[in-house]
Amino acid sequence: MLEGNVLIESLVELIRRSSTSIPQDVQDVIARAADREEPGSSAQSTLRLVLDNIRTAQSMSRPVCQDTGSLLFHIQRGRNYLQRTIERAVNAALPIATERAYLRPNTVDPLTGKNPNDNTGVGVPYMHFEESDDDFLLEVALLQKGGGSENVSCQYSLPDASLGAGRDLEGVRRCILDGVHKAQGKGCAPGIVGVGIGGDRGTSFLVAKQQLLRRLDDRSPIGALAQLEERLMGEANSLGIGPMGCGGRTTVLAVKAGIAYRLPACYFVSMAYMCWALRRHTMVVAANGEVTYHD
Amino acid sequence: MIELRLPAAEEMIRRLRVGEEVSISGVMITARDAAHRYLTDTDGPEAREVLRGSMIYHCGPVVVREGGEWRFVAAGPTTSAREEVYEADIIARYGVRGIIGKGGMGEKTLAACREHGCVYLDAIGGLAVVIAQSVRRILDVHKLEEFGVPEAMWVIEVENFPATVGMDTYGRSIYKEIEQKSAARLRELFGQPAR
Repeated sequence: MLEGNVLIESLVELIRRSSTSIPQDVQDVIARAADREEPGSSAQSTLRLVLDNIRTAQSMSRPVCQDTGSLLFHIQRGRNYLQRTIERAVNAALPIATERAYLRPNTVDPLTGKNPNDNTGVGVPYMHFEESDDDFLLEVALLQKGGGSENVSCQYSLPDASLGAGRDLEGVRRCILDGVHKAQGKGCAPGIVGVGIGGDRGTSFLVAKQQLLRRLDDRSPIGALAQLEERLMGEANSLGIGPMGCGGRTTVLAVKAGIAYRLPACYFVSMAYMCWALRRHTMVVAANGEVTYHD
Repeated sequence: MIELRLPAAEEMIRRLRVGEEVSISGVMITARDAAHRYLTDTDGPEAREVLRGSMIYHCGPVVVREGGEWRFVAAGPTTSAREEVYEADIIARYGVRGIIGKGGMGEKTLAACREHGCVYLDAIGGLAVVIAQSVRRILDVHKLEEFGVPEAMWVIEVENFPATVGMDTYGRSIYKEIEQKSAARLRELFGQPAR
């Protein structure tokens, strides 16, 4: 069991690791993409600079990107951990992580425009809780998603006549290709595309965002989605938008899709566009209180 | 690689072409949404002198204060498109020679670049640590209290800041060209006739 300052410091460490590193599976995909670009092209040098930036950030323990993003916590807790205990600990960890420059002051009151300068505020950070059967387990996954990539994320309501998109996987395909095209380089391409199919407007986006917690080298267990992911990956890259929208063979690094049951009257398709700087990290607290981290 | 020293002369800027890589040294200023609005609504007395012949960097940095001195820790570019409504006017009024950001800008800015002798430079989005290392000194900061850290106007001295020309004074924009090419490919993927 972890509590008090030890829990808070462990969460600060989770934020530090998440903010200052990029998961190895993402780095591997970027490295392979760099090798596939035209030798000597600006797309290739951009991707190599990106890899250089990732290595430097990690070795100096500095944020990979200055937009340390919105923080999405996905928390599994055994019943020995109260939800409110964790919420308080997370809220106590944020000002410390900001003070140590692992996070930029990144929350703004939409009414007054004021920034409290410590990453606290109404409705932030987003925390999703699930109760685990293991009474003593605490597992906290953190995703940091920057505002540029959030701005190009989008949602469609099918049918959509302008895209010729009906209420089926072909319709979903058209939405995502359109979304990637509209995003161009503005969301810091090459991106990782999370797709949410179905749900209501809120849960559809949530499903899309949760896909970003998956490893890039996994495969959807649902055959139809695995096929869709693969096809969209190839087709999106054929658009030629390239790193930062300046042209090239790498427009997306992965496409990951998930579903939620929809209402009979609704068919939403959500695209959560994530920049190449996919910051995800997980902290696991064992029953004996031992803390481990993995990406 | 072309060396660019700030303040830059107009003829130097007018020689630059889309796709060329530059390395920038000198004094520039960061500005995001709040600062652009401020520079539009006022005469920007704090920024006016620095901006003449210099560049605006679309950036909201992570900063630390050590021994009374500010230092950039992470300072990559932010999305420039948000400033499209303001930029052409700011280029004209302040005599700005370069806009540095990511993702490119629109027709109004492209026209202002052509008319007033300004270029848009693409810094790589997310290249936060590498670019922060090219920031040698922070000379001043304006509107810190009012705008907050990301939105404040930081006057910075940079050395060998890496960027690529994305929009030049000849009316060319790499973003426009890529957008059109990818739109044609999208129509193919949708099984629609080419336009």
